[in-house]
Amino acid sequence: MAVTILKERYTNSVAEVVLGATPEQGGTRGFTLTVGGEKALPFLHFEGKIPFPPVIAAEVADVRPEWNQALLDTIGPDVAGNPALWAKKAVTEWQADLIYLNLTGAHPDTGDKSPAECVQVVKDVLAAVSCPLIVVGCEVAEKDELIMPAIAEATAGENLLLGVAEQENYKTLTSACMAHHHTIIARSPLDINICKQLNILIREMNQNLPIVIDPTVSGLGYGIEYTYSIMERARFGALQGDKMLAMPIIATVGYEAWRAKEANASEVDFPGWGLQEERAILWEATTAVAYLQAGADILVLRHPQAISSVRKNITQLMADNSF
Amino acid sequence: MALTGLEIYKQLPKKNCGECGPPTCLAFAMSLASGKATLDSCPYVSAAARETLDSASAPPIRLIKIGTGDQEVELGDEHVMFRHDKTFYHPTAFAFLVDDNATDLPEQIRAINGLEFNRVGLNYTVEAIAVNCVSGDAAVFKTAVETVAANSPLALVLISEDPAVIAEALPVVKDRKPLINAATTGNYEQMVALAKANEAALVVKAEGLNALAELVEKVVGLGFKEILLDPGYRNTSQVLAGLTEIRRLAIKKKFRPFGYPVITFTTETGALDEVVQAGVYLSKYASMVVIQTHQKEHILPLLSWRQNLYTDPQKPITVEAKIHAVGEVNDQTPVYITTNFSLSYYSVEGEVEASKIPGYIIPVDTEGTSVLTAWAAGKFEPEKIAAVLETSGIKDLVGHREVIIPGYVAVISGKLEDKSGWKVIVGPREASGIPAFAKSRFA
Ligand code: B12
Ligand code: SF4
Repeated sequence: MAVTILKERYTNSVAEVVLGATPEQGGTRGFTLTVGGEKALPFLHFEGKIPFPPVIAAEVADVRPEWNQALLDTIGPDVAGNPALWAKKAVTEWQADLIYLNLTGAHPDTGDKSPAECVQVVKDVLAAVSCPLIVVGCEVAEKDELIMPAIAEATAGENLLLGVAEQENYKTLTSACMAHHHTIIARSPLDINICKQLNILIREMNQNLPIVIDPTVSGLGYGIEYTYSIMERARFGALQGDKMLAMPIIATVGYEAWRAKEANASEVDFPGWGLQEERAILWEATTAVAYLQAGADILVLRHPQAISSVRKNITQLMADNSF
Repeated sequence: MALTGLEIYKQLPKKNCGECGPPTCLAFAMSLASGKATLDSCPYVSAAARETLDSASAPPIRLIKIGTGDQEVELGDEHVMFRHDKTFYHPTAFAFLVDDNATDLPEQIRAINGLEFNRVGLNYTVEAIAVNCVSGDAAVFKTAVETVAANSPLALVLISEDPAVIAEALPVVKDRKPLINAATTGNYEQMVALAKANEAALVVKAEGLNALAELVEKVVGLGFKEILLDPGYRNTSQVLAGLTEIRRLAIKKKFRPFGYPVITFTTETGALDEVVQAGVYLSKYASMVVIQTHQKEHILPLLSWRQNLYTDPQKPITVEAKIHAVGEVNDQTPVYITTNFSLSYYSVEGEVEASKIPGYIIPVDTEGTSVLTAWAAGKFEPEKIAAVLETSGIKDLVGHREVIIPGYVAVISGKLEDKSGWKVIVGPREASGIPAFAKSRFA
C-alpha cells in the first residue's frame, strides 16, 4: 500500500544570517558561519530545505565566573579567568563552532571593568581564535550602553553578534551594529508580539541589519514547557509567512540549565537523583535537545561533554530523511 | 471526523423499537452524534454498521493499554501535533531493555524498579521492562521473563521475532497484559494468533512506511487492533521524520493504518548520547521509547522533560494560597513568601525542609505565575503581599514580624516594609540557597 506522504507547504523561510567576517569581508575571522534559512520545521528535510546545521557556541566569561565548581574544574582551572585561553580551548578541544563571550566583569558588582578593558578582552579573544564571536554585556543597561558601542567600534567590520537589544533599550546597540557592521541579538520576554514589535523597531532604524532573536529560554524543569512552545510557535509563524518572526534563534541553554538545582545538587545530598556530574551534563544537553526540536539555531552551552553529545545529535539530525 | 446525526441514522436498523432509550432510531442517532449515548444500547445494529460507526467515531490514534492495575500504561490517543494547540495526553512510556541471558538480571531489575524520583512536589516513575531474547533460546527467554515478572511490577515488553520463543513465555505472563515485539511480514499470522489468544498487545514492524501500512492492514484484517507501530527506522533523523509523518497522517488525514501509538528504540551506546537521542523521540511523538541505560542520573532529565512536555499549556499547576507549615513550627518560626505557582512553591518547600529549620511558607495568589513573571505582570506587588501578611492569619501564628522574600524581587523590600510594617529580609535568589541562608540566620 503506497502511503501518500503529507508535506506541509510553507510560504516563507527563515532569514539566513552570516556570523563573522573574513579579511576579504572586512574582518579577521578565518571563516564565517551561516545560520537560519530553514524552509521546514526542525530537521524535517523531507519536506523543506534545512541548509545549515544549528551551531554550538561555547560560553566563555571574561572573569572567573561563579559557576558550579565541578563544571569549572572540567573547563580547567587554567582557563577560568583567562577568556582568550578558554576560548581557544573551547574551539580546539571541545570543537565549539564559535564563542559566546559574556562580559560579566563589566558588572558593577563583579569587576566594574571599563569600556577600554572590555574592548581589550574582546580583542584578546578575537586574536586567540579564528571563529566568529558573540559578545553580550553584563545585563546592567546603563553599563552596557557604554561598553557595547566601544566594542562595536573597536572591532568594526568583524560582524560580531552583539547582544542584547530589548524593547526598552535597543537604539544604542542597533546604531552601533549599523555603524560598524555587526549583527544584533533582539531579546523579548516570552511574548511573540513583543518579539515582532522589537524586530519592527530595529528594522525601522535599518532595513538590512541582520537580526538573531532570543525569545527567552528557561532550563529543563523550570518553565521550559512555556519557552519551548513559544519558540515552536515563533518558528511555525515564521514559516507560515510572518517575516518579523523569520529570524534565526539563539538559546542561552547553559546559563539556564546550570541554575537548576538538579544540575548542582550533590549525590550525597540527593542520593535519589543519581550522580551529579552526568546528571548536570544531561540537564544541559536535554534542555538543548528540546530547543533544537523547537527551532533553535544557536545553542550556547557550557560543559564540554554537553557540547559533544549535542554536536553528535545535530550531526545525526542533519542526515537526509526523505522517504 | 465526527459523523452527523443523519449520517449515523443511515446506519441504524430503523426499527424504531425504542429499546435503546430514545423512542426512535433518529432520536438515538442524534444522541450518538452529541456523544450522549453509545452504540451498545441498540441490540439490533448490524456488525457492518457497527464497524463503520466505530471507526468513524474512533479517536485518530487508538488508545492501547498494556500492563495491569497500578502499572497499567496508556499509549496513544493523541489529538494534536503541537502542545500549544491543545495538550498532549498520554506521556511517552519508557521501557528498559534487559537481555534474557544477562547474569546480573536481578540487579538490573532492582535498579529499574528503583527509578522513582521526587522533585518539586511531583513523583516520577517509569513504565516497563523490555526483555530481549538475545540468547535465541526459548527456555532461557522464558526463565528471564519469569524472573522479571516475579521481581518487578512494571509492564512487560517481550522482544523476539520468533513466534516459538514468544509462545513459550507469553502464557506465563498473560495476566500482566504484556506487549509483544514484534510482528513482521514473515511471522504476523502466528504472532497475531498468539496476541489474540493471550490478550496481549503487539508491535507491528515493517521496513518503511509503505510496508508498514500494508502489514497493519493485514493484521487488522485478522481482526486485531491492539497495535503499536514500528516503521523499522533506527537512525535519529529518519526516526524523527517517521514519527512526524505517522502522527500527521493519523491526525490530519485520519489514515487508519497509522492510527496507533509508535514505539522507538535508541541505538546510541554511550549513555549520554543515548539519553540525547531518546530526548528527540520523546519531544516528537514517540509513545514508547525502549532504552538501555537505567542510571538515575540519566533518567531524571528525561522524565523531567516528559513531565514538562505533557503539562496542560493552558493552565499552570498551582498550590493553595494559604499558610503552609513545614516542620515543628512555633511562634518564632521564620515566614517565607513565594507565589502559588506549584514549581515556585515546591522549590521553596523542598529547601525549607532540607534546612531542618521549620518554616511557614505563604504562597501569594499570582494566578500560578513564577516570582519574576508575577512581579513583571504586577501580580506580586508590595501592596498585595502586605495584604496577605495582614489577613492570612500569620500574625496570630508568629510573635515576630519578619518576612523573607525571594532574592529576585529584592527591589520591593523597601516598599513592602512601608506598606506592611514588617521587617523584610531579602532571601537568596535561587531556592537552593535557603538551607545555608536559614542556618546562618535562624539556627
Ligand atoms: C515561563 C515564564 C513565563 C510564562 C509563565 C510561567 C509561569 N507559570 O509563571 C509566561 C510565558 C506566561 C510568561 C509571561 C510573562 N513573563 Co515571564 N518568564 C518565564 C521564564 C522563562 C521562567 C519562569 C519560571 O517558570 N521560573 C521557574 C520558577 C520556579 O522560578 P521562580 O518562581 O523565580 O522561583 C525560583 C526562585 O525565585 C526561588 N524562590 C521562589 N520563591 C522564593 C521565596 C523565597 C523566600 C526565596 C528565598 C526564594 C524563592 O526558588 C525558585 C527556584 O530557585 C522567565 C525567564 C527565566 N528564564 O527564568 C521569564 C520572566 C520571569 N518573564 C518575564 C516577563 C517580563 C514576562 C511578561 C511580563 C512578558 C510580557 N509582557 O508578556 C509576561 C507576564 C504574563 C502575565 N501577564 O502574567 C521576565 C521578568 C523580567 C524581570 N526581571 O522583571 C523574565 C525574567 C524573562 C526576561 N528575562 O525578561 N513568563
Ligand atoms: S434500539 Fe436500535 S432499532 Fe431500536 S430504536 Fe433504538 S436504534 Fe432503532
